[in-house]
Amino acid sequence: MGMTIAEKIVARAAKVSETRAGEIHTVELDRLMSNDGTTHLTIDMYNKLKHPRIQDVSKLVWIVDHNIPSDSPKTAASQKKMRDFARANGITFYEGEGVCHQVMMENHVCPGELIFGADSHTCAYGALGAFGTGVGCTDYLYAMVTGTSWVMVPETLRFNLHGQLPEGVYARDLILTIIGKIGANGANYKAMEFGGEGLATLSMSDRISVCNLCVEAGAKTALMEVDETAMEFLRAHDREPKALFTADEDAEYAEVYDIDLTTVVPIVAKPHFVDNVVPATECAGTRIDEAFLGSCNNGRIEDLRVGASIIKGKKVHPLVRFLVVPASRSVMLQAMEEGLIDIFMEAGAIVMNPNCSVCWGSCQGVIGEGETLISTGTRNFKGRAGHRNSFVYLADAATVTASAIKGEITTADNL
Amino acid sequence: MSEKFKARVWVLGDDIDTDIIIPTEYLALKTVEDMKPYAFSPLRPELAGQILPGDIIVAGKNFGCGSSREQAPEVIKALGIRCVVAGSFARIFFRNAINNGLLLIENADLHDAVKEGDEVEVEVGVKITAGGRDFPIPSLPDNLLEILNAGGLVKAMRRRNGLE
Amino acid sequence: MGATIIEKIIRRNTGLPEVKAGDIVTVQVDRVMIHDIFIPFVADKFEEMGFTRLWDPDKVVLIYDHLVPASQVDDTRHFRVGNAFAEKYGMTHVHRSDGICHQLMPEAGYVKPGNVVFGTDSHTTTYGCVGAFSSGIGYTEMAGILGTGTLWIRIPPTIRVNINGTLPENVTSKDVILRLIGDLGADGATYQALEFAGDTIESMSLASRMTMANMAIEGGAKCALFTPDEKTAEFCGISLTEAETSLVGDPDAEYVRVLNYRAEDFVPVMACPSQVDNIHPVAELAGTKIDQVFIGSCTNGRLEDLMCAARILKGKKVAPFVKLIVTPASRKIYREALANGTMKTLQEAGAIITHPGCGLCCGRTGGILTDGERVVATNNRNFLGRMGTSKVEIYLASPATAAVCAIAGEIVVP
Repeated sequence: MGMTIAEKIVARAAKVSETRAGEIHTVELDRLMSNDGTTHLTIDMYNKLKHPRIQDVSKLVWIVDHNIPSDSPKTAASQKKMRDFARANGITFYEGEGVCHQVMMENHVCPGELIFGADSHTCAYGALGAFGTGVGCTDYLYAMVTGTSWVMVPETLRFNLHGQLPEGVYARDLILTIIGKIGANGANYKAMEFGGEGLATLSMSDRISVCNLCVEAGAKTALMEVDETAMEFLRAHDREPKALFTADEDAEYAEVYDIDLTTVVPIVAKPHFVDNVVPATECAGTRIDEAFLGSCNNGRIEDLRVGASIIKGKKVHPLVRFLVVPASRSVMLQAMEEGLIDIFMEAGAIVMNPNCSVCWGSCQGVIGEGETLISTGTRNFKGRAGHRNSFVYLADAATVTASAIKGEITTADNL
Repeated sequence: MSEKFKARVWVLGDDIDTDIIIPTEYLALKTVEDMKPYAFSPLRPELAGQILPGDIIVAGKNFGCGSSREQAPEVIKALGIRCVVAGSFARIFFRNAINNGLLLIENADLHDAVKEGDEVEVEVGVKITAGGRDFPIPSLPDNLLEILNAGGLVKAMRRRNGLE
Repeated sequence: MGATIIEKIIRRNTGLPEVKAGDIVTVQVDRVMIHDIFIPFVADKFEEMGFTRLWDPDKVVLIYDHLVPASQVDDTRHFRVGNAFAEKYGMTHVHRSDGICHQLMPEAGYVKPGNVVFGTDSHTTTYGCVGAFSSGIGYTEMAGILGTGTLWIRIPPTIRVNINGTLPENVTSKDVILRLIGDLGADGATYQALEFAGDTIESMSLASRMTMANMAIEGGAKCALFTPDEKTAEFCGISLTEAETSLVGDPDAEYVRVLNYRAEDFVPVMACPSQVDNIHPVAELAGTKIDQVFIGSCTNGRLEDLMCAARILKGKKVAPFVKLIVTPASRKIYREALANGTMKTLQEAGAIITHPGCGLCCGRTGGILTDGERVVATNNRNFLGRMGTSKVEIYLASPATAAVCAIAGEIVVP
């Protein structure tokens, strides 16, 4: 009987020849990412241990991205705790370099790895064929101290992609469509595996966008086969695969979906759930106060290019705050080089340093009572972007930019 | 307005700036009432809770230096402080206090002659008596007295606009 | 008897040729600025006073800068109130994310030589860089001006500051004004005007003069004044009239104090915690470990400041575990710095570059610190608790000093 990619990665990490969905294995972790959302709590727990130690410091990557630059003494104190600990223990540390998942993809993630991240969107790493999964502080701490953890091998949902996305439709619309189809808990505890000839038509950026959002369907992880596009990305970032896995022909899946990319349309996820999706045109006319182009989901150079091409020569609506937040320093530098940042600045956008920004309602552009945000972020939960009585619509970079210009939700072709 | 009152003294030092009086962090709170607990918090976090209506502040030189935030005199007034006596006042704070009807008295010597908790007697425009000693105080120019007497600039403007 | 610059401006404004320092007069206001923090209060007071229209909507400028980007959920209420007020009373000069008010007022052409300008912010003294009388007021007085177009003032006596010679390398106008505040004391110029003259001043860029005018308030001054010259004309996009070029302090004008400095005597200095007049040479502080550097604000967030930092940071990196936060003063400056490669250099060096606004200087976001942390900053105030807890140490310095400190991770002389 064949194995899924998830089963193969767990087998490798557990040093066994074969695993099956439902089994529980002790695994050796390859990498442990943590950010300023929770690291200070992990440190507090670590300091209470009788015999605190770090099994292998080279596995740890700590990233300050949620509240940077900091907005309160409390935030500053938790970041200082993290910084001081990283410094004292020689932990790889990034501060202000970008959103953690983007920084990880650019600098650390390798195919075949099993990675814990103290952040739910760690499933993004599947774009490079790595098993990334979000964990809480306690799991993280155990892994940090022992280098190991236990995992239950997830069942896998297989998505075979066919054809190509139409012009003006993006990977984000694809994954929102899939989440709408299977529901916000449709992949609970499961892996979402993507393949089929349509996968080849997706860029690395598209793939990260798809994998990143799988947690919004409840997935434990997302995985894609590593092809030439992925290998090229790795080479460009000077890295080698740990192991290359493809799903076996006779692997066992909980469900197999065939997705026709040619039928996907621009999507909007309405408040307050990610699976509350409708074609974007159905939301046309909804007045907005703020628009956000950024996040680990849609803050890459490809997304900024889409936004810039729409807004070039136009102006942000006077009553809309249009936040543009590149996902990392390298994205920012590339966007500056290509003139995109100047296009956004000329149009009246608020261009910020790479960080999580309003995607998680941090200090950069929170929305107020009764206000509406259209966002390329990851979540639209009630209150996530600011006031508990506010509204978040999720959409792709084109719809978000077009809406920022018009002052109400619109698709780019209706601008 | 020859007015005389007795008051308990809180003593503060030189250069009490507007960030001390009310930090920027709290400036976007909706009302001055909401800001009250944070008055003087960078310097003495407990002070706002200890001040009782009718108390006065005696400070050194350059009281109210810094920002133009009018919440500074407003929050002091909201705490019930009857007047602030200081060696000198920063200019914007001075104007803001008058415009909000908060009495300010300039006296360079009182600060060194009183300690916290002392009771002093203030005779507005004439003198302050502390520990049996008199400290003369200047009277205000007419145009400022006009605003003070009207109960602040808002009331003066309302009168101008025929509303009072 | 000659006149000081402020006396000349007031005489022209009021049409009273004889008034002098100490006199109380009512001035006709040429322009006012309100920023986001205070607009809800101004709006309330304005209506409470019973006004139903602005004296002149064209003369009113509303700028969102302290709360951009919003860091707390109630911040955007200020934008909503501001937008509603602007619409109700027909205001068209509204800047919602273009930079810091004091940069925008002169940069966008709202202030010209000889103007009388008030703003709801203490650093409104900045516009003296073009020879305007500008000063900060509270929101109640602002509401009064919005209704009447006038304000009473007492004409301030003037302290004359003459600076001649050439400043040493890596000594900037920031070092000059810090030294002056140290010499005067934080209340040394209270109720008074500062008037700057001398060939050092003449050779300074407009941006450098802005830095000095901006910080005049830290000596307590009501305003700071520079004589308009060719650089002023170019900056304002005007040709100077005779009335404007005559805004010079007369040799026989009456000054309360005259201070004379030799430019060569200035050294890089810092204002140490927690008073702006606590001035020490940088050399005395060398070796002090730092956690963060902030380059920005209406004091030192201009193109020449960013370029100065970029020259020093080019090909180098910010010290490990130290943050360098750069907040350009305006959208225009940001774009100019993009165009000339300054932004690229700063990004490559590891700077965290935020959108233009007040940022850390106003202490709401932009790099707030915590107990035991130390920051070198190019802004104007180091008051207790301004950038976080009262156990944060703030050292004010020039952009050149700030940049070298960012590389070293400790205080060093540029």
